[in-house]
Amino acid sequence: MLIPCPHCGNRPVEEFTFLGDASIVRPQSNDPSSMPQWHAYVYERENPRGDFSEYAQHSGGCRAWLVVNRNTNTHKVNGAVTATAFRQKVKP
Amino acid sequence: MTGLRLPSGGLVDRNTTLNFKFDGKAFTGHRGDTLASALIANGVNLMGRSFKYHRPRGVISAGASEPNALVELREGGRKEPNTRATMVELYEGLNAKSQNRWPSLNFDIGAVNSLASSIFVAGFYYKTFMWPKSFWEKIYEPIIRKAAGLGTASREADPDTYEKSYAHCDLLVVGSGPSGLMAALTAARSGARVILADEGSALGGSLLFENEEIAGQSGFEWSQIVIAELASMPNVTLMPRATIFGWFDGNIFGALERVNDHVAVPAPFEPRQRYWRIHAKRAVLATGAEERPLVFGGNDVPGVMLASAMRHYANRYAAAAGKSVTIFTNNDSAARTAQDMKSHGVHVETIIDTRKGGRILDVKGGKGVAAVTTSGHNIPCDAVAMSGGWSPIVNLMCHQGAQPIWNESIAGFVPPDVGAQFVAVGSAAGHMRLSECLADGARAGTMKDKTPEIPKCRDEAFAIQPFWWVKESIGKAFIDYQNDATAKDLPLAAREGYGHVELAKRYTTTGMATDQGKLGNVNAIAILAEASGKTIAEMGTTTFRPFYSPVSFGAFAGPFTGHHFQPTRKTPLHDWAVEHGAVFVETGLWMRSSWFPKEGEDWLASASREVCATRSGVGLCDVTTLGKIDIQGKDAGAFLDRLYCNTFSTLNIGKARYGLMLREDGIVFDDGTTSRLAEDHYLMTTTTANAARVMSHIEFCHQALWPELDVQYVSVTEQWAQMAIAGPKSRATLQKIVDDLVLNDETVPYLAAKEITVLGGITARLFRISFSGEHAYELAVPADYGNAVARAIMQAGSEFGIVPYGVEALSIMRIEKGHVAGGELNGTTTAADLGLGKMMSTKKDYIGRMMATREGLVDPQRQCVVGIKPVDHSMKIRSGGHLLRQGDKPSMAADQGYICSVAFSPMLNMWLGLALLSNGRARHGEIVKVFDGLRGHHYLAEICDPIHFDPENRRLHA
Repeated sequence: MLIPCPHCGNRPVEEFTFLGDASIVRPQSNDPSSMPQWHAYVYERENPRGDFSEYAQHSGGCRAWLVVNRNTNTHKVNGAVTATAFRQKVKP
Repeated sequence: MTGLRLPSGGLVDRNTTLNFKFDGKAFTGHRGDTLASALIANGVNLMGRSFKYHRPRGVISAGASEPNALVELREGGRKEPNTRATMVELYEGLNAKSQNRWPSLNFDIGAVNSLASSIFVAGFYYKTFMWPKSFWEKIYEPIIRKAAGLGTASREADPDTYEKSYAHCDLLVVGSGPSGLMAALTAARSGARVILADEGSALGGSLLFENEEIAGQSGFEWSQIVIAELASMPNVTLMPRATIFGWFDGNIFGALERVNDHVAVPAPFEPRQRYWRIHAKRAVLATGAEERPLVFGGNDVPGVMLASAMRHYANRYAAAAGKSVTIFTNNDSAARTAQDMKSHGVHVETIIDTRKGGRILDVKGGKGVAAVTTSGHNIPCDAVAMSGGWSPIVNLMCHQGAQPIWNESIAGFVPPDVGAQFVAVGSAAGHMRLSECLADGARAGTMKDKTPEIPKCRDEAFAIQPFWWVKESIGKAFIDYQNDATAKDLPLAAREGYGHVELAKRYTTTGMATDQGKLGNVNAIAILAEASGKTIAEMGTTTFRPFYSPVSFGAFAGPFTGHHFQPTRKTPLHDWAVEHGAVFVETGLWMRSSWFPKEGEDWLASASREVCATRSGVGLCDVTTLGKIDIQGKDAGAFLDRLYCNTFSTLNIGKARYGLMLREDGIVFDDGTTSRLAEDHYLMTTTTANAARVMSHIEFCHQALWPELDVQYVSVTEQWAQMAIAGPKSRATLQKIVDDLVLNDETVPYLAAKEITVLGGITARLFRISFSGEHAYELAVPADYGNAVARAIMQAGSEFGIVPYGVEALSIMRIEKGHVAGGELNGTTTAADLGLGKMMSTKKDYIGRMMATREGLVDPQRQCVVGIKPVDHSMKIRSGGHLLRQGDKPSMAADQGYICSVAFSPMLNMWLGLALLSNGRARHGEIVKVFDGLRGHHYLAEICDPIHFDPENRRLHA
């Protein structure tokens, strides 16, 4: 499997470290009433079939954190953007 | 069977004679032989014993699918079990042994299993060895393993080397028969980068043994001309002896190249095998088709083999399987065997065709064919050729989950359509005629729109009428030779509720072991379908997974063995430590100086002396391995506030502070001191173990959580050599090497962090921090100066009796002082558990803040860090022991905690430790029972404050 790193080009998957679902957003409140959101943020994960955006660090390369979009069914990699660029699109 | 070498023909080199041994007996063969062909030519037909019934077995196939002729090859560290004699190229001095027999191949006591075969039916492991439960581990399993095992592995290290390699191409062609050669040639002529791989020792595939006619020449001659043209082209890589074993995501193929398996010992600097990862823009499956056995009584007697294998041995190796053969078939292709054997002068007794009602009910003869029994009479013969039809070798194309499709007209599964990146051609696609193979190959090899030339060839018709099982069989009719699964086992599995193809596989073991059902699976599926009242298409196949054929561990490991498995990190002070006789310990990748023994000292004596010398004078310890991360930027302070549970934006410039990082779930992640060198410049230190993880965490937090922060960070662990100088004489020692600075409590107060120079201009960073509890410093200098500065410090401290101390002494001193480390920061403890709850700020958001407030994490009954010491002060204690109330019996419910870290304290002259104890802070002074079930060691211990030594911290501020 090759991951198209925005900095390094197509690189083998072994150079990357995966962290999981990138669509979840860290809650901003520290109010006790926000606990359910925090619980969801830390523990609750979907396991979707199909296109899925997940965090991956190019740990064996430029070390940038990326968001890789991959089809979990076919393993087709649809693309990758930096986590920073992704986060700026998906605001909390 | 009375196999023999034919007087003429074949591709073996009759001018070379190779000596080899099989089960200790000497034989000869020729270059170009396989072990199997050489044994046949020598009249040896008994090559192994079967797995379950220990039946005598001979060779069935001439290729990778061989289930019977498995041998142990070579000896000592080079011994390789379960090698297929059909794939082993003969070399001078080859030494092979048969497997799965005792005491000898000819007389095997295990064969009595055959008499008890009524209990060895499908599912017999499950039915027979059910109870009593306690018998399983100690009695049943060892017996099964002993009786049933395949070959045995060597216990010696493999002396050979293995390589890993990468390749990229426009077109990968898997298989070099007519279809593969045509695909490779067409693509190569258009300039594409082509890799042509074949598992055989020579390229050519079926053209090496089938009588064909292509472009007015023999198929073999045509193949040699094509191969020569391919070999001459710079854009073509030919890979014989290379099995493509798997198809992976991104059109990546795995290959095993047997570079030197065909010689006794590889030439110097050459690997035995090479493991390839091939990135192919497109690939062509030209793997051909596998002939299937027919299922009839005695179809496993040595001398019964596939019809194609029989002509393969005769045509390519000039090895005749017998003098008089009977042919049993359900399709047209076996006629080739009759024709070819006749042309070699072998008598063909009769052709029994199921389409004309012919049946073989049994094969007479134990260790070799004597006759076949048909309805009514016996036909004497010494070999049987069988053909149950052809199965396209679809495996690779199904490695990513696609299912093969049943094709009625060829009675075989054909590959699924997986897209243009990987296409099947020729008989691998179920196209059984030679003209189709050539046309398919040419089409698949076309890279541009040009219409390729397709050579003319002679075609032979192919027709088949499926025939799965001679139900009137007298003897045992085998489906899966390697697992001794018979035709009766599958209907039994269906009757007992294991009729799903995947369940039947597990229940009957059909399709398991080294051959993975290459020969038997389609027959098994057909018989199972019939028994279940389904069609074959409805039944489907079991899952095809990599690896197509077995790959040795050596090839997976490649060169990454022993100390090449991972890099070794040496600190910049490594040479200095070696000069002082350090004993090193591997921590992660690092080699850390562990203790510095003097003549006659063991580790404890050495570490104790180092502690005493440090606490009474001065000691020097290499602490370079602690992670060092340089953090800069306008928002560096704000960023650290979010990473640590305590606050760093308020830290004064020139000061250090102990910081504690949590995970987002509220558990402690890491700790270390972080210093502020300038308004927008911090230097973080981490534990050795978590250095890489913390770096990655920082990168994540900035890039994925708070990209708006203006902050930069880089690991500088490797750039700075760092040493701790500890003890009452540390200041006096350092004073002698620093430039233009008087060290005192005003210039370098406790927790100062200062950029200075030493030894006449060497840049340095001086921190007044202490892990030992002594008045202490850490000094960092650029890595290249590490050894020189350490030597200068040793010289400066010599008048105070300075000692080098290692991580053992460091650990003793931190336990004496109750400082938490890895044993306590173990992924289960909160800041409060560690006694550091007050560090958790309530004035800001930080990683872990919210989740750390959860009920379970603030429960007062949680286990927290305490000191522990044995009631009997002369007793040694160890970590891992569990703590119980004095009267309680050991149980999970009664468990109160456990000992995390222990050390022998030379200062207090006793063993002491740190433990996690439920509600421990309220229990100082309590006597608990320590239960160490692992070592059978139980004793009483006293709970105390974690700070065992100098509780007022007088020495720290001295």
